Amino acid sequence: MESTIALDWRLKAQRYRLEGEECPHCKHKIFPPRDICPACKQPAREPYRLSGRGEVYSYSVLTTPPAGFEKYTPYTVALVKLEEGPMVTAQLTDVAPEDVKIGMPVEMVTRKMRAQGPEGTILYGYKFRPTMLG
Amino acid sequence: MRDVAIIGIGQTPVGEHWNTSLRHLALEASLNALHDANVEKVDGIYVGNMLSGELTGQSHLGALVADFLGMSGVEALKIEAACASGSAALRVGVMAIASGMNDLALVTGVEKMTDTSGQATTAGLAMAADAEYEVSQGVSFVALNALLMQRYMYEHGWQRQDFANFVVNAHRNGRHNPYAMFHMQVTPESYANCATISDPVGLFDASPVCDGAAAVVLAPLEYARTLSPAPIKIKASAIATAPMAVHDREDPLALEAARLSAQRAYAMAKVGPEDLDFFELHDAFTIMSALSLEAAGFAERGKGVQLALDGEIALDGRIPITTMGGLKSRGHPVGATGIYQIVEAVLQLRGLAGENQIANARLGMTQNIGGSGATIITHILEALV
Repeated sequence: MESTIALDWRLKAQRYRLEGEECPHCKHKIFPPRDICPACKQPAREPYRLSGRGEVYSYSVLTTPPAGFEKYTPYTVALVKLEEGPMVTAQLTDVAPEDVKIGMPVEMVTRKMRAQGPEGTILYGYKFRPTMLG
Repeated sequence: MRDVAIIGIGQTPVGEHWNTSLRHLALEASLNALHDANVEKVDGIYVGNMLSGELTGQSHLGALVADFLGMSGVEALKIEAACASGSAALRVGVMAIASGMNDLALVTGVEKMTDTSGQATTAGLAMAADAEYEVSQGVSFVALNALLMQRYMYEHGWQRQDFANFVVNAHRNGRHNPYAMFHMQVTPESYANCATISDPVGLFDASPVCDGAAAVVLAPLEYARTLSPAPIKIKASAIATAPMAVHDREDPLALEAARLSAQRAYAMAKVGPEDLDFFELHDAFTIMSALSLEAAGFAERGKGVQLALDGEIALDGRIPITTMGGLKSRGHPVGATGIYQIVEAVLQLRGLAGENQIANARLGMTQNIGGSGATIITHILEALV
């Protein structure tokens, strides 16, 4: 489904800054925001910006993409386990598919996700690349 | 609570039904089930369906099916739980009868997936995942299963080829099911050489896009014997949920909702996995077969694939699965699949499974998975002596 301007606006803190939440009760880090701590089930609405550092938990190279992603094929999607605990689903970038390994350290970067036609919005968001800085 | 029995079953062939609309698929299966049950009218109609609105522009299936069956006036609802919609509708039907609020219920699962382009259908199926944090990243539903399969192979040391027998077995059984979409055989070689969709998931790891409908009629067990010569008791009906997105699950390979719903079903039926004669599991992807066998207690973590390698999933094995072809060979018309599983289990328990009959089948389990595992529904059926 095409995303809408309102949806893209709502999610900007998550897509551009990887902003989640920290539980004030048990300090559990939460991404995406869900306002109830999955660990201790208490209210958790404190914004918390994740470092963007993590490692590849699993990955897959898509050769048959969903609608809207055809021109980026093939691309690699991954489950990235962030160092603060949460896991995110995201594309990998700046790495050849055959060089991706489970356990590989990665870091978040902001990249173009897709363009919704010649007149539509260009969506940016988080992707992950092999860690460059120590 | 009253015990509930299935007194009638009906199904359409699974396939690409260019000449048959969603409503007529639902009607054909429903009328077959009503005829099999020898009843003309029910108190409630529960329609399991996932994508009618997205793919055919038609929502509000409860009233539509009731109307076209000539039963306008009765209670009728559509129930949605992604690919588990069929079993979810059955669960609602069971609650209606068990509670005493209704005496006869028709449960129909239906899906029409081939009117749209492959990409539109793929986008529709992806709605079972988290739209804001999975699908928006360019992840297809196939890719979610690929992420699980890749990690499973990494953690437990399996190769893709080790999954081949799930597919070979399903197609071997589907050959003798006249309602199955595919009757061709798959060999380990053809599995090895099939096209890749989302590495490591290949075309033969995945179930097909298709159309179909299946239906059952439910009645209180106490009346069922007077209505039907061969009622089948629903010994357990259990639903469980897990976090919506794969990345939000504490252990993505654990299929926690399968474990929970199976445990609840075992407790309700007072049986264990060792008592079951067969298990109609949800082989939408080969990885799901392995994870389901583990979560339902047939194999230890990481060992589900071993059951396939050892032939224990065959009709004469320790725990036969996909006995009429499963999602892979019979097909996976998503909202109908849960009811196809039930219809096939009833055929086994009535002794009417033909070439695929399991000797002395008395107790069978079905398990229907919604999304990548966020809703999982388990039913246990029993033949009455």
